[in-house]
Amino acid sequence: MVKQIQRFHREPIINVIIGLKMTNLKDVIIIGGGPGGYVSAIRASQLGLNVTLIENKELGGICLNWGCIPTKSLLKVSEFKNNLDKFKEFGFNISGEITFDIEKIVKRSRDASKQLSSGVKFLLKKNKVEVIKGFASISSIAEFIEINITKDNGNNEKLETKNLVIATGAIPKSLPGIENESDRIWTAKEAMIPKKLPKSLTIIGSGAIGIEFASFYNDMGSKVTVIEAEKNIMPNEDEEISELAKSIFTKKGIKFFNNAQLQTIDLTKNNAISKFKIDNKIHEIVSENVLVAIGVKGNISNLGIEKFSIKTENGHIVTNKKMETNIKNIYAIGDVTSPPWLAHKASHEGVIVAEIIAGHQENHELKKEVIPGCTYSNPQIASIGLTEKQAKQKDIKLKIGKFPFLANGKSITTGDTEGIVKTIFNKETGELIGAHLIGSDVTELINSLSVAKSLETTEIELMKTVFAHPTLSETLHESVLSAYDKAIHI
Amino acid sequence: MVAQIKMPALSPTMTEGKLSKWLIQKSSKVVSGDVIAEIETDKATMEIEAVDDGVLYEIFVEEGTDNVAVGSTLALIKEDNDTEDQLKSFLEKNNDNNLSEKDKKNIQEINSKTDKEIHDTNVDKKFMNVKENISKDERIKISPLAKRIALKNNVNFSSLLGTGPHGRIVKKDIEDLIISNKNITSIDSYHKSSSDKSYRDITHSSMRKTIAERLVKSVTEAPHFFLSVDCDISEINKIRENVNKGDTNISINDFIIKASALALKKFPKANCSWNNDFIRYYNSYDISVAVAVEDGLITPIVKNAISKGIEEISIEVKLLASKAKKGELSPEEYSGGNFTVSNLGMYGIKNFNAIINPPQSMILAVGKAEPRAVVSNNEITISNLMTVTLSCDHRAVDGALGAQWLNKFKDFIENPSLMLL
Repeated sequence: MVKQIQRFHREPIINVIIGLKMTNLKDVIIIGGGPGGYVSAIRASQLGLNVTLIENKELGGICLNWGCIPTKSLLKVSEFKNNLDKFKEFGFNISGEITFDIEKIVKRSRDASKQLSSGVKFLLKKNKVEVIKGFASISSIAEFIEINITKDNGNNEKLETKNLVIATGAIPKSLPGIENESDRIWTAKEAMIPKKLPKSLTIIGSGAIGIEFASFYNDMGSKVTVIEAEKNIMPNEDEEISELAKSIFTKKGIKFFNNAQLQTIDLTKNNAISKFKIDNKIHEIVSENVLVAIGVKGNISNLGIEKFSIKTENGHIVTNKKMETNIKNIYAIGDVTSPPWLAHKASHEGVIVAEIIAGHQENHELKKEVIPGCTYSNPQIASIGLTEKQAKQKDIKLKIGKFPFLANGKSITTGDTEGIVKTIFNKETGELIGAHLIGSDVTELINSLSVAKSLETTEIELMKTVFAHPTLSETLHESVLSAYDKAIHI
Repeated sequence: MVAQIKMPALSPTMTEGKLSKWLIQKSSKVVSGDVIAEIETDKATMEIEAVDDGVLYEIFVEEGTDNVAVGSTLALIKEDNDTEDQLKSFLEKNNDNNLSEKDKKNIQEINSKTDKEIHDTNVDKKFMNVKENISKDERIKISPLAKRIALKNNVNFSSLLGTGPHGRIVKKDIEDLIISNKNITSIDSYHKSSSDKSYRDITHSSMRKTIAERLVKSVTEAPHFFLSVDCDISEINKIRENVNKGDTNISINDFIIKASALALKKFPKANCSWNNDFIRYYNSYDISVAVAVEDGLITPIVKNAISKGIEEISIEVKLLASKAKKGELSPEEYSGGNFTVSNLGMYGIKNFNAIINPPQSMILAVGKAEPRAVVSNNEITISNLMTVTLSCDHRAVDGALGAQWLNKFKDFIENPSLMLL
């Protein structure tokens, strides 16, 4: 006799335990109100959990206040300036000099952040998330987790929670031995709010942050030099794209030094002198400012991480696929955990962790190969999945397609003909294993391929997809066709 | 939320069942763990247990009702915190629920809505996924990539539960399956060498599983009947003597394939397959040929055999058979087919009854061609005879049709020149 038990639909159980000590027991406390934390708080609340979000600074975190958002505002300005520079090409006559006011440019970018930050505040309120401003740390772990919150006025409050989500993000790595003791040496934050446009700027590191600022300041008229320790700029990107990017940026006036080991940054009255070594030869670059953009490390100090032996690695909290740390009921998401350090990864993990805490059973795994990465320089760079080199290292037999924007109708009309779309397929299975794009608006184009990858389409579905004409997205189609020697327009 | 008791899926292929007995009355109390009803399928009887406490509020399906679709709501349980309003509004939605065909659809619609809600809470997902797959007419949800990898590795995924959204089978599921198949095989071979047992267990290969599934389905669902006839192959042998010189080597089987296709053309009603609501008649004449391979058999297809010359068929069959033996057939070379020829003559088998290769309706079992004593005109003469046995699915092909087809086939074999017409 086979028995099968019918399960009934149940609402998530919200425990309200009324007692002397337990009145403040939360289902979830989330530390950090960035794109990981606030999204997680909203989702948890939607699922009927009792949620408290603790943020020390501004809601929206680095992304919204000191990262993704304000830099996109700045880069829109430099793109605008590029277009202004081409006014004759577009048939305009403008007499007189075109000038700009850096203060207004910065204000415009700060306004965008403010608007979105208050939007986050509204969303949290609408979703009945309790928000506490203050610095949170773990004060004890017993049956429940106790959190101490130090508020701005110095008062302390203690809360107990069944689950804790650490979403404190990351902070810029500093160069060993080189402290940011002078306002000549910037982190990304200072580079976002310049008081004046530096005549010259040296950027240490050519990751997404370094390249975005290089592009912005170069377009605005600063003399920009980029120093990179690796063989290629943007070392995480496909080598072919890196090389193409380097040649385009070089043409636009940015100077690059690769394989360069920074030695010292010496400060003079008006300048900073960056000394670096290439093949045992010392080089010197003098510039008004230096931007250090050599990556980030987890923001974990004073959280109680060491005290309660939460496992970390290279300054980041170690989690499993379910976002669990080594301590029961303590989860971590976003930049405070392992790479890629991207806002959209944090948000996605925020949703997943909320659903896990609410008891959802489905498969939650977030596959890293479906997370796109974007650099909003001019031209933009976007990628998903494995690079050609990574794929070859895995011994995958490849089909590679490439299509230049120069052969795309829409690109000709807008005048943005630089760049290519490169698609990489597994020859045996037709899996889209990587896509690497450089060109105008490719950070929008990449999302079509993210959908394709997430749905596990093969080259056949992509080839059968009808792309609208004339659009930049047609380059995606042609690139796929080209991988199988079927491209039409090349 | 009102607790519904639904028709459960006892097996992945179960689509409906019989509600044989209610073990409690309407309005009686139910305690978690109580057996409240019995369900019967053709294979087993099972009990439904309550998992929550409450009162049996309403019964939708009376006991003794046959063919209750999986997922249909059987009854409602009122839990302590359910209000009358909630129950009433639920009942209104299901008001004309007396299990006519239309109502079954309604129920399924409501159920699928409920499923969406359940999706957001805690429920045994796997169970739901099985149900979902079935209710949509056996559509298998699988990503294009997963499907490609599965076909490439000859992995049977028809009963696999995917880990993707709504039970969709994704790449990882297939990869895991391939790895677990491999592990099992390697564990087996280890046991083979190290064990002193008087038997050994070999885990099913995916081909073995497919053969088992398809043939069980055929034997249990399709009522087979068998028609045998002896065919004189003297004429065919004369032709073969003439043409089989040098590289050409046309077999009797090549003629059989051609004759089968031609006979199907003469009796198009026999070229069909049975489906629950209709019989599908084919306009194609694709003949599957059973080929024995190392750990099973596979039926590659001579497509459009009717318009191919016998030599062409011969070359194609040889190519398909050699690909089959090397495991190099591509899915389109063995998927589909309208009719199957299975020939065991080379093993000296005189005649046998073959199991129909679903969803086809007929299969021809071919025995050994040999000289036999035949009485003709009151004299004993020697003829070269071959006994063939046609198996038919009686749901789609009746005795007379099968007999007519077989006679036409015999006609072609005994008078091969007719095949030229």
